[in-house]
Amino acid sequence: MKVDEIKNGIVIDHIPAGRGMQLYELLELEKLDCHLAIIKNALSRKMGKKDIIKIDSTISLNVDIVGYIAPTVTINIIREGVICEKKKVSLPETLTNVIKCKNPRCITSTEQELDHKFKLTDRDAGVYRCIYCETKAADKK
Amino acid sequence: MRSLIDILDFTPEEINELIDTANDIIAYPDKYCDRCKRKKLATLFFEPSTRTRLSFEAAMMELGGNVLGFSEAQSSSSAKGESVADTAKTVSCYADIIAMRHPKEGAPLVAAMNASIPVINAGDGGHNHPTQTLTDLLTISREVGRLSDFTIGFCGDLKFGRTVHSLITALSRYAGIKVILISPEELKLPSYVRKDVLDKNAIPYVETSSLESVMGELDVLYMTRVQRERFFNEEDYLRLKDSYILTPEKLESAKERLCIMHPLPRVNEISTAIDSDPRAAYFRQVNYGKYIRMALILKLLSEAGRI
Repeated sequence: MKVDEIKNGIVIDHIPAGRGMQLYELLELEKLDCHLAIIKNALSRKMGKKDIIKIDSTISLNVDIVGYIAPTVTINIIREGVICEKKKVSLPETLTNVIKCKNPRCITSTEQELDHKFKLTDRDAGVYRCIYCETKAADKK
Repeated sequence: MRSLIDILDFTPEEINELIDTANDIIAYPDKYCDRCKRKKLATLFFEPSTRTRLSFEAAMMELGGNVLGFSEAQSSSSAKGESVADTAKTVSCYADIIAMRHPKEGAPLVAAMNASIPVINAGDGGHNHPTQTLTDLLTISREVGRLSDFTIGFCGDLKFGRTVHSLITALSRYAGIKVILISPEELKLPSYVRKDVLDKNAIPYVETSSLESVMGELDVLYMTRVQRERFFNEEDYLRLKDSYILTPEKLESAKERLCIMHPLPRVNEISTAIDSDPRAAYFRQVNYGKYIRMALILKLLSEAGRI
């Protein structure tokens, strides 16, 4: 399968297989009108299978979202067809309005204007908890 | 602005200071009777809790202060759709400190993030109730004489009882605590509390379904109510409810200095025949609740520069 090379843009590489679409949705990439490719289940020596997102535009990415969904990711910045920067991401300390608290007893369930904020409480296990009710965030699909 | 939302907001040293202040208030109440003169406590109770509200109000009155507020959501502006954030901002203009009870978990935190005065969490749903935990710590400190090196048994509903989870969390910061968890299989301590608190802090614990078998080991017995609505079927409830009722017979093997606690209200889980036993500390516990709230109000108002 051939996907055109990018001249100036971003390649989000090493996304765990199956999380590419989730990342696409959370980053709201559907709002872009540039060329964009999601490659699913690409072969990877390190990961076996991986997803890749190629964006033919130099947009600013919400790195917290990328780090939350896929801390294994490498973000490659492409300029004039050459990788000029490789960024590693990690689990962010806090997440604001990335995921929603599912606890029906949480104050966020009735006060709609409140930010849905989660904090990282166990980096090794990747556990996030709602700052209001401390309910554990649902597992990433 | 300093508030108390979760018991872990305070260090063990700060909790010891509060206990020292509470002990001083108990010994010399006159010294404190005017400390909050012309100061106002707003009791914002979005759900009824008569005992907690009265404890806060009595605490403020004994410090020479005044109280204002409401005791149910219907009589507050939330009935008109006002947000917790707006209520907190508004009440900040009227009072010096807020005690808030709310059925939604995290509401007092939202209030603290928006108020310009200290906020005390007086219970948020099944989540936190830090002043009950402070009350429990003062009770143990006074009745046992220390907050370390003792064996505490929690009996009854350990699954849903937030007072149990909070006290176990608070005690995890003290040395030499041994925990005995006494409950039916259906109401065992949740695995996340065992893993995140007991295991993480290497606190030795045992689980049993028999109160009698461990009675002789206990320095503190923390009773809770086994509620009918927690069971999936009536048959299980009827089978188990009497296993966790404390009677004079069950106390026969208990230590002479055992401290029997209960967050109250009690239904039938402690026989009234035990009330006259000097080991029954649960009504003294209620009294200590007022004194620790007095100490807490003093600390937060002082840190806010209002007294």
